[in-house]
Amino acid sequence: MAIRTIRLPDVGEGVTEAEVAEILVKPGDLVREDDPIAAVMTDKATVEITSAYSGKVVWIGGEVGKTLAIGSDLIRIEDDTAAGAEEEPKAVPVAEPATVAQSVTPVEPAKQTTPSPISAVDSGTRTAVSSPQPMPPNAAIPPRAEGAPVLASPAVRQRARDGGIDLRQVSGSGPAGRITHADLDSLFQQAGQGGGAATSSLQPQPETVETVKVAGLRRMIARRMSEANASIPHITVVEEVDVTEIEALRVKLNETRGDRPKLTLLPLIAAALVKAKQSNPKIFARYDDEADEVQYSSAVHIGIATMTDGGLMVPVLRHAEALDLFGMATEIGRLSEACRKNKAKREELSGSTITITSLGPLGAIATTPIINKPEVAILGINRMAVRPSWNGTAFVPRTMMNISASFDHRVIDGWDAAVFVQKMKVLLETPAMIFMKD
Amino acid sequence: MTDLSCNVLVIGAGPGGYVAAIRAGQLGLETIIVEQKAHGGTCLNIGCIPSKALIHAAQEFFAVREASGGHSKLGIRTSDVRIDLAKTVAWKDGIVRQLTGGVSGLLKKAGVRSVQGRARIVDGKTVAVETADGVVRISCRNLVIATGSRPVEVPSLPFGGNILSSTEALSLTAVPETLAVVGGGYIGLEIGTAYAKLGAKVSIFEAKPHILPQYDEELSRPVVARLKALGVAVHVNAMVEGYDSDQSMLRVRTGSEVTESAAEKVLVTVGRQPALEDLGLDQLRLDMEGRFIRTDTRGQTSMRGVYAIGDVTGEPMLAHRAMAQGEIVADAMVGHGGGWDKRAIPAVCFTDPELVVAGLLPDQARDTGRDVGVATYPLQANGRALTLERPDGFVRIVFDKPSGLVLGLQAVGAGCSELAGEFALALEMCATLTDIAATIHAHPTLGETVQEAALMGLGKALHA
Repeated sequence: MAIRTIRLPDVGEGVTEAEVAEILVKPGDLVREDDPIAAVMTDKATVEITSAYSGKVVWIGGEVGKTLAIGSDLIRIEDDTAAGAEEEPKAVPVAEPATVAQSVTPVEPAKQTTPSPISAVDSGTRTAVSSPQPMPPNAAIPPRAEGAPVLASPAVRQRARDGGIDLRQVSGSGPAGRITHADLDSLFQQAGQGGGAATSSLQPQPETVETVKVAGLRRMIARRMSEANASIPHITVVEEVDVTEIEALRVKLNETRGDRPKLTLLPLIAAALVKAKQSNPKIFARYDDEADEVQYSSAVHIGIATMTDGGLMVPVLRHAEALDLFGMATEIGRLSEACRKNKAKREELSGSTITITSLGPLGAIATTPIINKPEVAILGINRMAVRPSWNGTAFVPRTMMNISASFDHRVIDGWDAAVFVQKMKVLLETPAMIFMKD
Repeated sequence: MTDLSCNVLVIGAGPGGYVAAIRAGQLGLETIIVEQKAHGGTCLNIGCIPSKALIHAAQEFFAVREASGGHSKLGIRTSDVRIDLAKTVAWKDGIVRQLTGGVSGLLKKAGVRSVQGRARIVDGKTVAVETADGVVRISCRNLVIATGSRPVEVPSLPFGGNILSSTEALSLTAVPETLAVVGGGYIGLEIGTAYAKLGAKVSIFEAKPHILPQYDEELSRPVVARLKALGVAVHVNAMVEGYDSDQSMLRVRTGSEVTESAAEKVLVTVGRQPALEDLGLDQLRLDMEGRFIRTDTRGQTSMRGVYAIGDVTGEPMLAHRAMAQGEIVADAMVGHGGGWDKRAIPAVCFTDPELVVAGLLPDQARDTGRDVGVATYPLQANGRALTLERPDGFVRIVFDKPSGLVLGLQAVGAGCSELAGEFALALEMCATLTDIAATIHAHPTLGETVQEAALMGLGKALHA
């Protein structure tokens, strides 16, 4: 019998760590070589890890939601084919990420909706690699000063690496601040005590708290939302739009659609965006923070915020400028379905230059959409309702809807934002203008 | 055309390449290594090993010749001392053969397939190798560029004839009467000193104000003194302008003055450059860092699945750095390890006396803004140095005063190269002066000087 260790392989993307999205085996399970054993998630993709050995699972090194350093021990397997062999960690080949299907595993189905979209996969966004999950520092030792050198012997460094500990976060109790094995022992011990859910049975606790790990796509959404909200100074413009005419057009088109898909308002709004780009090209852009550059594309790639069981995803309606209304409706339907079935490909989830977010009938009067970084604008569609409208002589019933558009104030001035919103209002109120050639 | 495929393809079987290939093979990756010449690269074939062999032979000859001249303090007497340099070179070549053969055996043992020929990159996953039997096309998942470096040529002194690179200098079959060494770095000094001991009249020409310019003058001073004692003429601030092969005269400018120096042979050692020509590197458009390939801490270049190690990735161009990188890229390819996190790369000059450094020199340490202490212990106070007739030199520890953390160690002295391991270990383990001082060092050895220097740093010296 030999115990084999499968370590977290380099999953590509230039990352040093990955989050465990799924553990597919449990201790005692029998696995065969190449059986999937876990899935890990980087900023860009979920990658399946397969077993390099056949045998019985005896130890699992990660739990869902835990961030592990590349090279950390992931699973140990008792291999009965090589009696007497020494433990020998083996490489686990990783499929090229480009060919790996997105297999995002919902950990916590989102219960509440949000007007702010996030793309689970976005090749255009360079997200800084975050430090491995910080471990609680040894309370007795003062924290390591920012930028201070990490002093640790190679054995301690290796052990920390294997255990997913970032030594930059660790203070050393040894001479000259050297991090010792004892310091690591203490950290591992603290980490092993868990999240504090355990309560003493002697002390009555009227309140129970269920701690749910923020993991998988939800954690990705959380990170991206925080990042977008923290790094982009948002301005949001809300405008009231009379959509009576465009709604009438939509109904009319649907009556004669034949075999074509039923039109929702979304393709019409997308068509209005295509038209608005002609006079407002600055709004359709991507901001590269690191290079201090704004990229303007000639194409109109529209992100469509889509709710899935796993959370919000943003498939991209590519080259909207080249599609007619029914073509857009077909493509939007296909993309939404792909997202809901977790089949969306990487290129279908990246590259948008503006995003539409809509809560449909659940929507409110106004929302404050968060920009889908690195874009510079987002258009939020609010709830449609019949309201009385003063036409100069009398109140008449009109179908009204508010739009909430947020802009990156670093590159979009208030004036340009207002001009764009007004353009959208005009186009949506007078739909013939959407299809008129200038 | 033959087609092969593998997981890992290593171009270059020098210390970096062969280590990467062996480790990749050990990790179960199907690996092919391509080498144009013999396994072992510059280090084993035309660098470290042959030069050390020549240096040793020269030292042995010199010691006997000193004795024959009646200069032996040990009372050794001898007469009629001669050297058959052709035989020396044959002995040296035997060592090289033994070691390169050993590398071939190790590669085979690790399951690595060797292809001999000139490699040309077709794309990031394909390499065409011109072999004696035609072109072999090899496709791979991971490519490791480990083509090493070659000597830099001086335009006014093109290699050929009497103008030698280190390669030719290590295979001369007769000792030249006069040898001019252009470049006062460690390669020129090592070979120049060896030939001086073999009986050549050696002159060294260095363009900078002192030899071994990367080190401080305190460190190079014992080397300069020894060169003087060996009759080597050292010229600094000297620019070589050309060579008259008919007259065997080297033309040198020092300031506004131009002089001529007799030189039967001229050894040019002004540096080394990465060997990247004719490799097809332009097919990959890798990010470069000056003339070197830019890599991350795991040896990955700007292209996924393409790695680079050793001299093509920058300074210091040292075999042991390449070896460490070789291990790291093999581990990276299978998802092991955490990349380069070494604290020290020791460097040794096999000059006479030898010079070894690891970590920060005193000025480098001060530049970090620390409160720096320097403890220096002379070999003159070391019993073993006296019994070896070599009391010249010292051991120096650079440390952080408040904490005692050792920041750098240097030594200059005969046989001091063997301290390189202790120096590197101390730095890698983040040793303090107390750690070194509290470690028993065997008596009588040169290593005692390291403990004594640490005691000095603590203000507790016993033998000083």
